[in-house]
Amino acid sequence: METFRAFISMVKDSFGFITHGSKTYLIWMIFLTVIMLFGMYAYSIQLEEGLSVTGMTDRVSWGLYISNFTFLVGVAAAAVMLVMPTYVLHDIDFKQAVLVGEGLAVAALVMCLVFVVADMGGPNLLWHMIPGIGVFNFPNSMLAWDVIVLNGYLFINITIPLYILFCHYQGKEANPKIYVPGSILSVLWAVGIHLVTAFLYEGLQARPFWNNALLGPRFLASAFAAGPALIILVLAAIRRYSEFKITDKTIKKIAMIVTVAAQINLIMLVSELFKEFYAPTHHSESAYYLFFGLEGKTALLPWIWTAIPLNVLATIMLTFHKLRNNLNVLYICCFMLFVAIWIEKGFGLIVPGFIPGPYGKIAEYTPTWIEIWVTLGIWALGAFIFTMLAKTSIGIEMGKLRYKKKEVEEAETA
Amino acid sequence: MAGAIQYRNRKRKKIAINKIPMEEKKKWFQLDLGLSKKQTVGGSCGCGKSSGGCNSHSLSPSKEEYRISAEEFDTAVENELTETTPPEPRKDGFQQVFEVKMDRRTAFRKLTASLLVGAGAVQTSCSVVTGEETKEKAQIDWEEQFKGNYKLMTPEEKKATVDRLVRSYQLRKKKNIKMSSTDAAKDVLFGYAFNISKCQGYMNCVSACVEENNQDRNSQMQYIRIHEMKDGQGFKFNEADDNYYHEVPAEGHFYMGTQCFHCDNPPCVNVCPVEATWREEDGLVVIDYDWCIGCRYCMAACPYDGRRFNWSKPEVPEEEVNKNQHYLGNRMRKKGVMEKCTFCVQRSRAGKDPACVEACPTGARIFGNLLDPDSTIRWVLENKQVFRLKEDLGTEPKFWYFMD
Repeated sequence: METFRAFISMVKDSFGFITHGSKTYLIWMIFLTVIMLFGMYAYSIQLEEGLSVTGMTDRVSWGLYISNFTFLVGVAAAAVMLVMPTYVLHDIDFKQAVLVGEGLAVAALVMCLVFVVADMGGPNLLWHMIPGIGVFNFPNSMLAWDVIVLNGYLFINITIPLYILFCHYQGKEANPKIYVPGSILSVLWAVGIHLVTAFLYEGLQARPFWNNALLGPRFLASAFAAGPALIILVLAAIRRYSEFKITDKTIKKIAMIVTVAAQINLIMLVSELFKEFYAPTHHSESAYYLFFGLEGKTALLPWIWTAIPLNVLATIMLTFHKLRNNLNVLYICCFMLFVAIWIEKGFGLIVPGFIPGPYGKIAEYTPTWIEIWVTLGIWALGAFIFTMLAKTSIGIEMGKLRYKKKEVEEAETA
Repeated sequence: MAGAIQYRNRKRKKIAINKIPMEEKKKWFQLDLGLSKKQTVGGSCGCGKSSGGCNSHSLSPSKEEYRISAEEFDTAVENELTETTPPEPRKDGFQQVFEVKMDRRTAFRKLTASLLVGAGAVQTSCSVVTGEETKEKAQIDWEEQFKGNYKLMTPEEKKATVDRLVRSYQLRKKKNIKMSSTDAAKDVLFGYAFNISKCQGYMNCVSACVEENNQDRNSQMQYIRIHEMKDGQGFKFNEADDNYYHEVPAEGHFYMGTQCFHCDNPPCVNVCPVEATWREEDGLVVIDYDWCIGCRYCMAACPYDGRRFNWSKPEVPEEEVNKNQHYLGNRMRKKGVMEKCTFCVQRSRAGKDPACVEACPTGARIFGNLLDPDSTIRWVLENKQVFRLKEDLGTEPKFWYFMD
């Protein structure tokens, strides 16, 4: 009963905590809310008219939504790079960052799920997927696997931090016997979510651009570069806008992870390019379209030729210790890497899969403004959720939020 | 292998594999029509006996006798073309309502409903009755929203949903439609052959398909694509034009049609997260439009561009609606669901050819039962040099191309 009362108290305290804050905080939250509202309005048009308001057609049937979904699965998986050192290897330098990482994973997963729902033709029929009342094509459909692993990962990433924060809220130490097995599971699970998402594409013999054994490993490498890169940027912002102390050492350790992953990612990119262009076959057409355009259709060229130089430049700069250890340079590199991988793993992966079509037809895809606004709205939703989670967990970690705070303080002063 | 044709479906697969000697075991899927095996029994008779107890045995000649020459085949095709099929007697509204088989309760309900509808102006002014109708509409909508997957329905449930859809159309449009839920017949496996030498690119098949299958007119959705290719350059699909607007046949070109190939190992079926699409016993790959959630994964998985999506609400002018419908075929679709060629399930399961086959003026399209040794399609497979597209993918399409 006492636990239950403490939990209610924590929910109440957190609610009060996230609804109050500095002026910057309030402006930020209002800004996000406005974007979300625009996104919701755009989505309401899409619901009314159907997916014809997007740029997608029978020729290119997945677009911006699925691109962002694919990328964000990677961001979610990247939290594991902080979880593993902290809980499993007991590296104290990561301890400050891990809750931030897990909050980011939760926000990214929510965004993933919302992106998938936004892409559905019949969102009101999603109950058809719920085992028991619907029909779940498991284990045949990789999408069914994806639903399981994404929701499972979301559950793990909510429960572990919740348990730890709840203990800290009551002023107790969390019991490692409870959270360490969960953490180990989440490490395996993180690899699983990204591999399964890669298999979603890899398993289609109809699309040679995706039907490629390197896709899964490359997904992992790029995720472990882009995800921690985003975490570094977020930590930098938290350091700046709150009193929460994050040491340089933590950021530099995460930067090391980013660097190694980015290097591996680059090696795999070279391997892919070599295969497609050294001995080009009919199956290399998509890669040709992506990098050079086909028959004068060149919509993706500006994107990919932004991504590749950014990716290469950032990786080279990160490789040099001197540059990486300069925090300002590091932040720029992380930003470049994040943008490059967002393009490469979003647009650069999904759209060329459909071009040329099964019979060689080249029909290009350009997202419409409705699609773009829905996408921005979902990103704003993610940022909104993350801000709330981060603010609460920082509040609890710093002791601003504490069960029966007054009584504890009185006891201490007396 | 005593059966006429041994065909591997899921249930029979295990037995079949056990019977095959080791070297014949394949690691990949293969469509087996039993063409390579000697037939000991002329078991094409519906009675399932070879003793000749039924009268049809004397009519079915043995395989050797049946073989015809290429000339005979050509003349047969010609004859088929010149023969004008007698127009079906058009049913009027009365017959459409009263010829539908129904149990006493639905009959009574429909009778009452049509009486109410018939009362017209008097009826609409009466608020009580209007309320009844609105109530019934809401009841139907509710039941339709929460019904299960058609594939898993019992025959009674199938009938119930068909009745609801027919009634719903009646309530909304004041018109009657005929909807069937005929299941696959036994010993039937549909197949299709396309004669590249004959096709002249007239596209009668395309328009017949659109009219038959109630496709969305706004987006000009078409299941069939006719690819115009240059003579002497082989099959270069990427250089072909599938959207031409000029006089055909164009000099120096040949034509090739594609549509859903009804693969025996369909990649689209595996990937569907909710089993809204499946392969029927007679080989048709169908979709339950009411179960589809519109994720379009099947579309990405199809190597043959065989699937279409309803990006907005499909619209067909009321007077153009084909009212002879099948639940898995040409019934009206909704916004946000997949659809595709079903080999005109409403026609093929009623013993007719698909609309494209009937409409083709050149006789380039041949459709039939692959398990019937006397069918034209079997004759083509056994006597012509046939090929299929992208065979290396292991999808085993039931759609063959051949040349004269």
